[in-house]
Amino acid sequence: MYKTFAEVKLALKEGATVESIVQHYLTEIENRKSLNAFLEVFTEDVLAQAKEVDAKIKAGTAGKLAGMVVGLKDNICYKDHKVSASSRILEGFESIYSATVVQRLLDEDAVIIGRLNCDEFAMGSSNETSYYGPVRNAINEEYVPGGSSGGSASALAAGLCTVTLGSDTGGSIRQPAAFTGTVGLKPTYGRVSRFGLIAYASSFDQIGPFTNNVEDAALVMNVISGEDEYDSTSSSKPVEDYTNISFEGKKKFAVIKDAIQMDGLDPEIRAAFNAQVEALKAEGHVVEEVSFPYLDVMVPTYYVITTAEASSNLSRFDGVHFGYRSEDAKGVEATYKQSRTEGFGAEVKRRIMSGTFVLSNEYYDSYYTKAQKVRRVIQDKTNEILANYDFIILPTTASTAFKLNSVTDQIQMYLQDIFTVQANLAGNPAISVPAGTHSNGLPFGIQIMADHYKEKELLACAEHLMKK
Amino acid sequence: MRENYEAVIGLEVHAQMLTKTKAYSNDVNEYGAMPNTNISAITLGHPGTLPVMNKKTIEYAIKLGLALNCNIAEDQYFARKNYFYPDLPKGYQITQDKTPICTGGSVKIKTKDGVEKEIGITRIHMEEDAGKSIHDVDMYDTLVDLNRAGTPLLEIVTEPDLRSSDEAYAYLQEVRKLLRYLEICDGNMEEGSMRCDANISVMKKGSKVFGTKVEVKNMNSMRNVQRAIEFEINRQIEALENGEELFQETRSFDALNNSTISMRSKEAANDYRYFPEPDLQPIRVTEDQINGVKAEMPALPNDLFEKYTKEYKLSEYDASNLIEAKPIALFYNEVTAHTKNYKAAANWIMGDVKSFLNQRGLEMKDFPISAEQIAKLIGIIDEGKVSSTVASQSIFPAMLEAPEKDPLAIAQELNLIQESDEDSIKNYISQVIAQHPSEVERYRNGEKQLTGFFMGQLMRLSKGKADPKAANKLMREMLEQ
Repeated sequence: MYKTFAEVKLALKEGATVESIVQHYLTEIENRKSLNAFLEVFTEDVLAQAKEVDAKIKAGTAGKLAGMVVGLKDNICYKDHKVSASSRILEGFESIYSATVVQRLLDEDAVIIGRLNCDEFAMGSSNETSYYGPVRNAINEEYVPGGSSGGSASALAAGLCTVTLGSDTGGSIRQPAAFTGTVGLKPTYGRVSRFGLIAYASSFDQIGPFTNNVEDAALVMNVISGEDEYDSTSSSKPVEDYTNISFEGKKKFAVIKDAIQMDGLDPEIRAAFNAQVEALKAEGHVVEEVSFPYLDVMVPTYYVITTAEASSNLSRFDGVHFGYRSEDAKGVEATYKQSRTEGFGAEVKRRIMSGTFVLSNEYYDSYYTKAQKVRRVIQDKTNEILANYDFIILPTTASTAFKLNSVTDQIQMYLQDIFTVQANLAGNPAISVPAGTHSNGLPFGIQIMADHYKEKELLACAEHLMKK
Repeated sequence: MRENYEAVIGLEVHAQMLTKTKAYSNDVNEYGAMPNTNISAITLGHPGTLPVMNKKTIEYAIKLGLALNCNIAEDQYFARKNYFYPDLPKGYQITQDKTPICTGGSVKIKTKDGVEKEIGITRIHMEEDAGKSIHDVDMYDTLVDLNRAGTPLLEIVTEPDLRSSDEAYAYLQEVRKLLRYLEICDGNMEEGSMRCDANISVMKKGSKVFGTKVEVKNMNSMRNVQRAIEFEINRQIEALENGEELFQETRSFDALNNSTISMRSKEAANDYRYFPEPDLQPIRVTEDQINGVKAEMPALPNDLFEKYTKEYKLSEYDASNLIEAKPIALFYNEVTAHTKNYKAAANWIMGDVKSFLNQRGLEMKDFPISAEQIAKLIGIIDEGKVSSTVASQSIFPAMLEAPEKDPLAIAQELNLIQESDEDSIKNYISQVIAQHPSEVERYRNGEKQLTGFFMGQLMRLSKGKADPKAANKLMREMLEQ
């Protein structure tokens, strides 16, 4: 078992080859097929790549991530490989280019082992909307792994890769990380290039890592972060060395009162969280409750704006230029309608329709414009809190993972994001680290949020909390 | 009937910008390449791709804005216009919607009847072109060429200030001229690099309320814009006279039948669901940037017109003729840098130079003789060394063959230097008088118009080398004796 990159490096030092490490993961993937975490394993490719990296190691020319075996969420493009966003509409589609993050990983000699199941177009919180079937939670296969990056979370938790990449639009990295007992980081909006990430909601999406420790998250972030000429929303701010972290001095933590008092919060999670707070106080840190009376509007605001953007982002999947085309459609209009009807799943259609509605002439101001205004208020208020505190801490989720097919009410499903959407609405970095195991045997997490581009401080704090 | 109505016309011009690369990608922007060759994953709208602004397009927009005295917006925002069409790979077009880069400003026009007028500009904004659907190549299928997709466009929208098809034509000529002077767009309507939609309505003369407007599309030449407007004005007046109600619609010009056909009504129009483009950060235009563009602005046709008429004292006709095309005007500027005979320079260019180019189907840039040589030619005429006729008929053609040769050297080689010494001219005159006694008789009896005949004879004898001015004077003197 190689749970971390440090273990991989140790093995390499003791004479193992990257190829043998890849072989190990391939065997594990085979053993855990029932998880349905992988949509495709790039067996031949990854072995060939591993041999190349072995040669480089011998020659002393290997990159920083030599030996790291990475799985990609199936919405991240990798040249000459299939990518489908777990949707029928991209059935058989192969990307003709690599996402910037993939290229940067490859340049540092990480190897890419396969693509990981997720909710269709990253729309979902349980990984049950995938056209290719649900992913099961590696901790207990009767349960969902969370979503939308469920495959990335479960594969990592099961030890099928060293690191996986996911994407987070409203909590899609942090919630599954909490459900699987892994570390999940959503970087600041603009810190990591989105070029090559199949867009769900462009002003929210960020790619981030799933890892088994903070150090690996830092290593990956060192490589994938930074300005990208192909993404004009990527920041030109220099990238700090995220591995060089220390958690020193007394910090100020804000706890959002409204969240911690919420009725639906699982008592065990609340108790564990409160214990964490007490421990921090005992160390001399300041932990204070702050008011943030927007909890009930955050999820609706998030859905208005994300569905609006999604309705436009998903227009390109029309059956004309690439991907699935309905075979019996006659004419252009029918090709659009039938291809999209047959190619998209129910949840994706629901969001395209919501988004089209909120952008329509008659309803634009009452929904889209209003939601933008609320988003601004949430951003301002979040900034205001983080001007006075180093971190905002919260449970990552209100409950542990739920059983497959147990949540049928969409609104209930949407509320999965209640603690996580704030970071996406405001663009802040946030991380979920394991915070304990529930009496039901399932893990849960604690979420730390920091000011924009304070990934280094965030990772330092995460490491500190994980050590305890 | 028509005289009871007034037409109200507004034009939307789409100008493809002559940037090296496309609006939001590094794909090559060129006309006439093999179909579907300038297409990367970005132009194809493949999943995961993002637009990156080509900053050159902002510079071009500022240039045009400055030339038309527009206000330039400080921050550039972008929006998505959503609609499905097979030649629109992303399913939306990136445009500027509510926040155009230029607002206000105007274009001065002059119709062929000499009417001068200022046409207000509502807005100019940046957007990207769609690909091209080709319906007439394959028998069964529509073919799509995405080379054009992502080509940067400027959309120039006028106020409803135009009142006739002539004014519309003059406006388009003026805009095209400006675009060409600024080297923003080649203005080729046939190739589609410049396109025009017209909004047309009619109202009773003196009315303050505009009639119901109709948008006409698909006019691929300036003449067709004029024809479409003419047809539409007549159609609308006729309908109103027949008591029919007009409704807001989009019509397509049918060049074959010289008419317009209804495409869709307003009710059937798309809801484009414009919203801010989240993939592009707003871009700030600084004062420095605007000043930078200003400093590099080329001379504009109106400035040159002023200079030619005021400073060079050319007629308005000559001046308009010279500024019509930028390369001609630039050549004229070069010639006048070497000679002060502005009128002669204008005559040479509009006469011999242009007709040579026209005959050969060449463009100004292909003209073999340098501006300096043309100025020298004008110089030797002014010095009386050769006559204009000789210059035009013998020296100019020789210069075309040997562009590096000095015109004076050519004249000497061909023995064309004018003879202006009195003795030799008198000698020719004596011969003419001796050979034509009856004509001399008639002249002396009052038929003064025979001077031309005698001069012709003299030129024949001197092989054109006699200085006509001196010869004319001496001829009269000797005939009167």
